[in-house]
Amino acid sequence: MTQALKDLGELIAAALPQDVRRAEVNRVGELTLDVTAASILSVLTFLRDDPACQFKLLLDVCGVDWPGRDPRFDVVYHLLSMKHNQRIRVKLATDDDSPVPSVTGLFSSAGWFEREVWDMFGILFSGHPDLRRILTDYGFEGHPLRKDFPLTGHVEVRYDDEQKRVVYEPVRLVQDFRSFDFQSPWEGGAPLPGDEKAGGRV
Amino acid sequence: MAETRIETYSLNFGPQHPAAHGVLRLILEMSGEVVERADPHIGLLHRGTEKLIEHKTYLQAVPYFDRLDYIGTMNQEHAFVLATERLLGLELPPRAQYIRTLYCEIGRVLNHLISICSYIFDVGGMTPMLWGFEERDKLMEFYERACGARLHANYFRPGGVAADLPQDLFDDIGAWTQTFPSALDDIESLVTENRIFKQRTVDIGIVTPEQALDWGFTGPNLRASGIAWDLRKAQPYEVYDQLEFDIPVGSNGDCYDRFLVRVLEMRQSVLLIRQCLERMPGGPVKVDNNKVTPPPRAEMKRSMEALIHHFKLFTEGFHVPAGEVYAAVEAPKGEFAVYLISDGSGKPYRCKIRPPGFVNLQALDMMSRGHMLADVVANIGSIDIVFGEIDR
Repeated sequence: MTQALKDLGELIAAALPQDVRRAEVNRVGELTLDVTAASILSVLTFLRDDPACQFKLLLDVCGVDWPGRDPRFDVVYHLLSMKHNQRIRVKLATDDDSPVPSVTGLFSSAGWFEREVWDMFGILFSGHPDLRRILTDYGFEGHPLRKDFPLTGHVEVRYDDEQKRVVYEPVRLVQDFRSFDFQSPWEGGAPLPGDEKAGGRV
Repeated sequence: MAETRIETYSLNFGPQHPAAHGVLRLILEMSGEVVERADPHIGLLHRGTEKLIEHKTYLQAVPYFDRLDYIGTMNQEHAFVLATERLLGLELPPRAQYIRTLYCEIGRVLNHLISICSYIFDVGGMTPMLWGFEERDKLMEFYERACGARLHANYFRPGGVAADLPQDLFDDIGAWTQTFPSALDDIESLVTENRIFKQRTVDIGIVTPEQALDWGFTGPNLRASGIAWDLRKAQPYEVYDQLEFDIPVGSNGDCYDRFLVRVLEMRQSVLLIRQCLERMPGGPVKVDNNKVTPPPRAEMKRSMEALIHHFKLFTEGFHVPAGEVYAAVEAPKGEFAVYLISDGSGKPYRCKIRPPGFVNLQALDMMSRGHMLADVVANIGSIDIVFGEIDR
């Protein structure tokens, strides 16, 4: 299985040399293609239509936030080929103001997935027919799955009996949200004072 | 006489509607009684599960999966624990695998029972709902006897299952598999050849195989369109490759076929449950590695090391080697998958949940265009949606 995926990765990389930056099989045996944002349409078209690929089912599109990296976001596509019983992951990197070409023209199922990525991460998709928010509240501000968005959110909702309507107020916590750090200092964390004396043996 | 032009108007359906299966809000563009466009507004049950999981240890993340699709809960936990185990590189003992398979199939029957019975209820048949819930309650009792909870099981854990099961529970499940097929026959006798039911469902919401692939269908909805694809057969996990079962496939892809596929799947699930019970091996139910699974209670009273392991597991949690994995299972509603990214710490860096219902609901617009308002209700019921997993 892994060998078949390696061969497939090489085949795709050879067919689309400008678009595919890297094709590799990771340690759990999954094939990942690293592509440029501009080439996502040609890569997915090739994956869907080439007889050796036949990835007819777009299973998932999701975003990943890496705040320390430039560009900041990954957009990850998962595809399935029923013909060859194989899965593939396609990844591209983007930031919050350069739009990614929408793949709704290739796979109708991408419509809501891309709306969700926009909603959760603020990644723009160009050519999407209906790029509205999908999961968050009407009038919501911010993109909750970004790492710099607080877990508690910014506003809370309650029904006000005097105004006879629902009101939004800033979150007020009686006690600050406590994030306990239970990480063992002796298991692969940051170097401890005195580690330098061990001379690389820790 | 000149023809009068009828202006289209919008109709708000839900979010509090008995046929909306939870909190679905639909904005329907209607031309008279005919649907021009259906725009589902979802997210009314959004709880930020993915965000919360990023702030919890792997063990604390498991219960969130019960609260996604709260109908057949263990199937969701399964995807997450499989993802974690693949990153950890764990091999499960056979008894744990059989117990998981057994409970996944119980979950499938739980799901399909509520799915078809509430579907029949939506299109006008009340009795199957009452009969179906009686059977469901027996199954939830089996859930309760395994883990103490009827719905939110938290029973599958990375590295095995939470606790071993006694033989008398297996005996009772075996006895249930003898009586359930006749209960299903009773339900079917009211519905399957019923003229009113067929008028409401046959040739309604037809999805061709090409459309099904284009819209990302998986599970019974895909199979009803005539594509024989089941992860239990194609990419077997746990012990499915050792069990014998068939994959029911529809031919028309209409609401009626989606109903029939689910009924036949329940019958296959009963066969699977019986096979699991017959072959149930002995031995441990979790891996013998106290870095991942907690030591037995008795040992903690005597062994300092066991006590430390227990304490570290339930505070810091175990560390998962850095990497990414996409683990999919054939949940009752379709392919339920978890895309997990680990950065090597005790908490997931990113946990994307791929809910089948989200994808299936997206196609409601395509399925309902040109149909009457009442057919929208039939379509919603036939694609089997639960908002816990769609809104996450």
